[in-house]
Amino acid sequence: MNYNWDWSVIYSMSPDGVHNYLQQFAIGMGWTVALTFCAILTALVLGSLLAFLRMLKIPVVNYVAVTYVEYMRNIPLIVHMFLWFFVLPELVPVDLGMAIKKMPQPWASVVPAFFCLSTYAAARISEVLRAGVESLPRGQFQAGAAIGLNEFQTFRYVVFPQAIRIVVPALTSEMVSAVKYSAIAYTIGVSEITAQSKSMQEYTFHVFEAFAIAAVLYITINWAIIFAMRHVEKVIALPGMVSSKQELGA
Amino acid sequence: MANLDFSSIPPALGYLFGQGMVVTLMITLVAASGGILLGLILAAMRLSHRRWISVPAVLYINFFRSLPLILIIFTFYFLIPYVLGWVLQSPFPVKVGALNAAFISFTLFEAAYFAEIIRSGIQAVPKGQIFASQAIGLTHWQMLRYVIYPQALRNMIPPLLMRSLILFQDTSLVYVVSLTDFLGAASNIGQRDGTLTELYLFVAASYFVICFVISKLVNRLDQRMKTVR
Repeated sequence: MNYNWDWSVIYSMSPDGVHNYLQQFAIGMGWTVALTFCAILTALVLGSLLAFLRMLKIPVVNYVAVTYVEYMRNIPLIVHMFLWFFVLPELVPVDLGMAIKKMPQPWASVVPAFFCLSTYAAARISEVLRAGVESLPRGQFQAGAAIGLNEFQTFRYVVFPQAIRIVVPALTSEMVSAVKYSAIAYTIGVSEITAQSKSMQEYTFHVFEAFAIAAVLYITINWAIIFAMRHVEKVIALPGMVSSKQELGA
Repeated sequence: MANLDFSSIPPALGYLFGQGMVVTLMITLVAASGGILLGLILAAMRLSHRRWISVPAVLYINFFRSLPLILIIFTFYFLIPYVLGWVLQSPFPVKVGALNAAFISFTLFEAAYFAEIIRSGIQAVPKGQIFASQAIGLTHWQMLRYVIYPQALRNMIPPLLMRSLILFQDTSLVYVVSLTDFLGAASNIGQRDGTLTELYLFVAASYFVICFVISKLVNRLDQRMKTVR
């Protein structure tokens, strides 16, 4: 069995008749990065809000936040993707549904994918942040109350700045996960890296080359995130807490 | 707001669960057992002090953990026939079928995740146990087999079950190689009857109920094991 290695195939024209495969992969990389970046940012905001709601310990609010997280966690992401793409336009009022369906490409795919990925990541990030909040000593909450801060101020100025620093490593792995999850957006037609790899395999039959390029791109993005977050971790480390390991030389 | 019509679901239940869910469960079971087995080997390799043993395991684990499962699934669907053809010295790519390809790709992919769970389970065993094994003259493999693994198993069972539950959800990605799993079966019915909306809602509800119940049971097991520890 001889496989026909041929890297020059990346310069041949792709089915769209405008770009070669190398350019297609660059476009795919752009979509993956853009989609993940926007989703992570939104998820950080939404996730913090959820973590705040859980901190309040008001039964009804807590129940809503827990239900949201369980809803996200117990349904496969591809099903969430289909719910946003196929089901949501049917459930909203007809006019709005038609407006959603009439969105021009690529937005008709990218917008639902963005909502799906950011709401999904928000659930996961809120769990990470909650773990950080719960790891803080009770005195922090009481001190906030003692100096006259209300609940939101306590969260905003006392609890959150400490919690987010504690959970930076876990947040990093959530971000890397978000990059990988973004690949599922290809099932509803977003032309990101995985979609480009699949299209190149199907039209040229150069399976190894297409996979190798996609793998290198994903690994590059993930490494970039890990290195960037390592830097962030050092910059925002709490003196005497997170970085204590390094101070001891361990 | 469309009027939802769920009437096409009850007659299709046999197909959805009898065929679709069976494929989903088959892939889950094969990949979980195969993945845990391969994961045990990878974790043992990774913890070895010989670099030529540990480095390949680290590369394998990091490689699979940095790629999306969906990319692995359809690439391996095309790739496995070539690799098998090369291994078996066959002049043509060897046909394996979508289901077997899914078994192989899920097993190889999940092994990387299982290996990390097993490794952290092993590393949670107190260091004194290692010294004790060395003191009574056990080899590395004897120590793992008779001292470390039996204790580590207790730490690992809840996270391994949790990972298997994620695997159960992830099997829905075989949709991309047109395998008729639970989601695929629902899509078929939905496309036939023009009721995709209702079918996808039904799939979401089914997954939610199954996964919610199982995850609660696993949590309970976890709590009980924590009190034993």
